[in-house]
Amino acid sequence: MAKQHKTPLLDELEKGPWPSFVTDLKQQAETKPECWDILGQLELSYKDRITHWKHGGIVGVFGYGGGIVGRYSDVPDQFPGVEHFHTLRVAQPSGMYYSTENLRALMDLWEKYGSGVTNIHGSTGDMIFLGTRTENLEPLFWDLTHNLGQDLGGSGSNLRTPSCCLGVSRCEWSCYDTQEVCHSLTMHYQDEIHRPAFPYKFKFKFSGCPNDCVAAIARSDFAVIGTWKDKIRIDQAAVKKYIDNDPAYPSCGGAHKGRDWGKFDIRKEVLNLCPTRCMWMEGDELKIDDAECNRCMHCINVMPRALRPGVEKGASICIGAKAPILDGAQFGTLIIPFVQVTKDNDFQDLIDVIEKVWDWWMEVGKNRERVGETMQRVGLPTFLSVMEIEPMPQHIQEPRSNPYVFWKEEEVPGGWERDIVEFRKRHAA
Amino acid sequence: MGYDPKNPMEGRLTDLGPHYFGDFLPPVIKENKGKWLYHEILEPGVLVHVADSGAKVFTVRCGSPRLVTVNYVRDICDIADKHCDGFVRFTTRNNIEFMVDAEEKVAPLKETIKSYGNKFPIGGTGACVTNIVHTQGWIHCHTPATDASGPVKAVMDDLFDYFGSMTLPAQVRIALACCLNMCGAVHASDIAILGVHRKPPMIDHERITGVCELPLAIASCPLGAVRPAKATVKGEEIRTVTVNAERCMFCGNCYTMCPAMPLSDPEGDGIAILVGGKVSNSKSAPKFSKLVVPFLPNNTPRWPETVACVRQILEVYAKDARKYERLGEWAERIGWEKFFEKTGLPFTEKSIDDYRLAYTTWRTSTLFKYTTHTDSYTK
Repeated sequence: MAKQHKTPLLDELEKGPWPSFVTDLKQQAETKPECWDILGQLELSYKDRITHWKHGGIVGVFGYGGGIVGRYSDVPDQFPGVEHFHTLRVAQPSGMYYSTENLRALMDLWEKYGSGVTNIHGSTGDMIFLGTRTENLEPLFWDLTHNLGQDLGGSGSNLRTPSCCLGVSRCEWSCYDTQEVCHSLTMHYQDEIHRPAFPYKFKFKFSGCPNDCVAAIARSDFAVIGTWKDKIRIDQAAVKKYIDNDPAYPSCGGAHKGRDWGKFDIRKEVLNLCPTRCMWMEGDELKIDDAECNRCMHCINVMPRALRPGVEKGASICIGAKAPILDGAQFGTLIIPFVQVTKDNDFQDLIDVIEKVWDWWMEVGKNRERVGETMQRVGLPTFLSVMEIEPMPQHIQEPRSNPYVFWKEEEVPGGWERDIVEFRKRHAA
Repeated sequence: MGYDPKNPMEGRLTDLGPHYFGDFLPPVIKENKGKWLYHEILEPGVLVHVADSGAKVFTVRCGSPRLVTVNYVRDICDIADKHCDGFVRFTTRNNIEFMVDAEEKVAPLKETIKSYGNKFPIGGTGACVTNIVHTQGWIHCHTPATDASGPVKAVMDDLFDYFGSMTLPAQVRIALACCLNMCGAVHASDIAILGVHRKPPMIDHERITGVCELPLAIASCPLGAVRPAKATVKGEEIRTVTVNAERCMFCGNCYTMCPAMPLSDPEGDGIAILVGGKVSNSKSAPKFSKLVVPFLPNNTPRWPETVACVRQILEVYAKDARKYERLGEWAERIGWEKFFEKTGLPFTEKSIDDYRLAYTTWRTSTLFKYTTHTDSYTK
């Protein structure tokens, strides 16, 4: 049984106004003594300034190749309570709303089978159960599926647990029901989440608008970001309220209330900050040339009571984002400018695009190559032709500045087969 | 009946997926889903969303350390049971959101929250420093170059006033990843705290044969610094690898593939600071964070150099930037030479890219501003 260790370094992290994970772990240790060993080993890391977790350890539940990350201590004799410290990823509900009944049941389960330490939530979105022994994995999984009707998320070279912003559930800007899509596709692709068959990880993220609260364009191989194709809806009476500095109409919904920025000035704060300069005033009336608008959200962010996204809503699809390892960070590249996102056909429009990407990437992607890296390797023109998408200027920031076009033989009259003898008759060496 | 180890496949349920979100929506959310008209931040940490029917939902947002215990989550449940009809949600930045359907319910909710001391600080809205998103660090990971929860706690303690207020020019998103793998991506954050290694991997010849597929380890190096080699272990010649240290960029990708190539080192490891990234498309395109401080030591337990550096950057930005300007937009407007001058961060060659596509970040014009950096030419 784990016992309390001296933690003079970690004790310093009990000071200060931000909630302390050290205090929390100490309180938890009173009923879950293995938490003393978590603190003990972490203290040792603070002393040695290196990690004390071993590399690797393949564990899991039968039939799944993902959802559990194996972890072992390199000092198990000192800290037997963390000898095995495997992590479980529990798939989160879309939008991360919970009933306390469910949250309590999950916590009871984790208290029974694990360390009692969790992340709410992990970076990809799953609820993380942090630290349990191999022999607890199957019983925990049994209870999770049978008693709670819930499941593990993804890890390894598979579809990672998709995630989304809270969407239309509580946001007036969301251009589609992110939760519904996220949930539907998560259910549709359970096999891809649990049984790794990809070259590397693949992430879906669903943001309701170009503000992109789930960082889809930075963090997901397949980013679905809400947008619209008609006009920004304007309530001119509300525009007037903003211009008049009505206190019920603070700029950015009150996001700047903590400092005196002076009177609201629609020209300075909206019109002149519009990246396309597509807005102007005619008297008290705000005009927008919507054909010139690139839907950045700034004007809507600043005047949420006056402006709203249009009514013909859908999403843009950007593909290939990833963090820097290895060739450098990538944002998702705009591939499909607008797609309707509707449950009427079970999101078949999205599924068609996703599966086209997968079919190709699973064939040509190298081991541990994110799809964005495969796209870079083969080039965007090749990727677009694989996707059967007609190239358009929206796919690029600017045209290439080098002339090294990979012409195809069939594009050049007469082809590439020529006769040097005939050529020399006209052009002696 | 529970799990029967003798019949592991009997009665097994798989591929159930997550719980359906629709069951977990508070009534006011369920009733007004898709019908929200506008929102307002009433005070730091308190939002109201108004539906076209006039219905309102009031949200009180609280920070959390992300690394929390079942006790902590049960406290959250107690609050939600008492005030929020037994529902609660979490944001993508590890904040907790308690929702009520009437304004008069906000004050009692806040009172209960405050009765927990500093467990649930209220804030994280608008032009603030909201919660730091971060990775695992020494609490769970095998590759970290720094801890995660410790530096996050130290930085948030120092910036606490910015969490509970809205005085900045725009929101400032801080993120921490404890190694270059960035399992919590920090490459598009206003301020990124990134664990970095500075010593090439060691080769554990005695272990490499059993734990490593050599071709994968060799292929893992983006710069071809890992080469096949031979070594003698207990009198026997074995196949192993060697590392050309001059070529190593300390990414750690080899260690990910080969457990016999550890990099961790108390002096070699530490933190780099990158700034100016953003995810939103608002006003300007998403931007990557840029490396402005190549190394700060892992000075446990409170990383004072990192804490001071983040504050230094934040305070100059807060004073100098215009309303709505994100940190990266501000740096681009004034020019990066001014960024270094104003923040007082020393500029070193380590901020000059010499990896792939580096040329795109070099200045290929005569458009620059004179700063202290050019003094030796002008004074």
